[in-house]
Amino acid sequence: MADVLRFRDDDPVDHPAVTVDSYIQQANSAAVRVEPGDDARALIPYLDGLRLIEVNFPAFTDGRGYSAARVLREAGYQGELRAVGDVLVDQLFALRRCGFDAFEPDRPLDPADAQAALARWDHVYQPAADDRAPIWALRHPVTHG
Amino acid sequence: MYRYDTYDQQMVDTRVAEFRDQVARRLAGKITEDQFKPLRLMNGLYLQLHAYMLRVAIPYGTLDSRQMHALADIADKYDRGYGHFTTRQNIQYNWIKLAEAPDILADLAAVEMHAIQTSGNCIRNISSDHFAGAAADEVVDPRPYAELLRQWSSFHPEFTALPRKFKIAVIASETDRAAMKLHDIGIRMVRNDAGEIGAQFWVGGGMGRTPMIAPCINEFVPVDSLVTYCEAALRVYNRHGRRDNKYKARIKILVHELGADEYRRQVEEEFAHLQAQGIEPPLAELERISAFFADPPFEKDLPRGVDRSDPDFALWVDTNTVPHKVPGYVAAVISLKPVGGIPGDATSDQMRLMADLARAYSFDEMRVTHTQNIALPHVRQADLYTLWKKLDEAGLGTANLDQAGDIIACPGLDYCSLANARSIPVAQKLSERLAPNAAELGELKIKISGCINACGHHHAGHIGILGVDRKGTENYQLLLGGSEAEDTSLAKIVGPGFDEAGIVDAVETATGVYLAQRTKGERFLDTYRRIGIEPFKEALYG
Repeated sequence: MADVLRFRDDDPVDHPAVTVDSYIQQANSAAVRVEPGDDARALIPYLDGLRLIEVNFPAFTDGRGYSAARVLREAGYQGELRAVGDVLVDQLFALRRCGFDAFEPDRPLDPADAQAALARWDHVYQPAADDRAPIWALRHPVTHG
Repeated sequence: MYRYDTYDQQMVDTRVAEFRDQVARRLAGKITEDQFKPLRLMNGLYLQLHAYMLRVAIPYGTLDSRQMHALADIADKYDRGYGHFTTRQNIQYNWIKLAEAPDILADLAAVEMHAIQTSGNCIRNISSDHFAGAAADEVVDPRPYAELLRQWSSFHPEFTALPRKFKIAVIASETDRAAMKLHDIGIRMVRNDAGEIGAQFWVGGGMGRTPMIAPCINEFVPVDSLVTYCEAALRVYNRHGRRDNKYKARIKILVHELGADEYRRQVEEEFAHLQAQGIEPPLAELERISAFFADPPFEKDLPRGVDRSDPDFALWVDTNTVPHKVPGYVAAVISLKPVGGIPGDATSDQMRLMADLARAYSFDEMRVTHTQNIALPHVRQADLYTLWKKLDEAGLGTANLDQAGDIIACPGLDYCSLANARSIPVAQKLSERLAPNAAELGELKIKISGCINACGHHHAGHIGILGVDRKGTENYQLLLGGSEAEDTSLAKIVGPGFDEAGIVDAVETATGVYLAQRTKGERFLDTYRRIGIEPFKEALYG
């Protein structure tokens, strides 16, 4: 798993992910891969049995995977959520905010650049799937402390 | 006016540092041009025919003299001494060097400005009514809601790679001065029977190659759910908007293909889900923002009216000033459309003068209008003559608001790599040709686009002109009957196109039909709607 940038302590799943369609027909894997055209909500009834959900980005400009990730996290999914494919340094921060906790890019990322991108922003304007408090909550600590 | 706190300042400063790093990695070859393109677009940097263009955000079109001075300084320091005010209330510079772009962003950040999300497939700068806070007919000042949405949409992690660009406008009057129904989301703040403020959502409007007027998706979203409803509307679009064809990727196509009812159902379902996610800022945040938009200290019991003994001044007052909610004040519009000029362009010296006049006579506030002019929202009538004299000396005293010379035009083939035809020379020639008759013609909105993407709003022109490429030569189609106002309508193509000289003649011919057929009090648009397209066809092609 040398090529995976991972922000989890548990052991990774050791078998390949199956497609959403085949998973739903026969839920006999702990890993599934969501393609851009898949409806991530179809997996919601099965989240307890899943330990790895890969979300594929065939092109980094196709942003459907960002919504897929948030949908899964909002549904309570706690397992690994891994962005795979055309994953670039300058997308890491937003992906992380949407709930991804692992990255498996097609091409290796410069580790220093990746670290800098993830550490750059001290604050955010809006809540997302991470645990960062938005700026409005910092401005109004009494109401939302 | 809204002022940044330390958080807002830190966000734009961080953005400058981030972009500086991205440019350095691009120049070092660590990022390909394809990978870099969305990054520079989301910082306002767009590649035109001859150079990079930088589009600077002017949120809801409001700026003060300090900011306008900074824009003038940027024009001198990094560009060619002028800038171009746009139909989305922003400013563009046309001759930018990539390596200098981070420094420009740093200069902007020093005056609480930025170029964040002014291009690219993301939520763009939020536009609004240019007379917000001055108009007598507004339910509430729309700008606090626009600012709330500016912050929500800035660096939104889920919506950085939408199917296509996404434009939001917020107004709060029956009268629409922001082309609200021609936006991806148009919001009108309204008051319900119980006296509560809420947001009416119109989703799926737009111009471009498939013009559509937005249907109403929700009559009343309570103000404590505004952000959540926007997020629901965007999520449905991000998940289901078309990505197979860039020309069918705007939300208007999704809403059209699903139907407004089905789109509404999906948004409501997502909205119900998101309401449990705690993404709505507390009302205290809206109150914090609203305090910045409190009225300036207007004087009471001011003398009303002006001395009309100078006829040129009287004409300007009649044409370029509009009533204000406070007696003794007006909103005055500085035309950036001198006869034969380039619509929306201003030199750095003109910017500085407008800034200084705003400081002296308009509580230090200016507005960029979507018609590419600059409004001074709060001017005492007693100051108007002095103001006009100073404007006139600088070539800024043209009296043509909403008249034939007040033309919207895109940059066209003079600058833009997408254009098929030039827009600017057509605007200049038309402005000259129609100037002698402009007062007689009254309200006449002419809008010119140099290609089908419709940046010059030709679909919404009383008279629209669309430049196309016909076998390698520039050709111009004439459209009639559009409106971007509250009576929104889409213009129709009259018939075969014309060459550059021919289109100028054709517009003059169309105005001749109007003058011959109008009844008392009718505008060009009213006459067209009453008599239809046939008399115009007959005069043009018969």
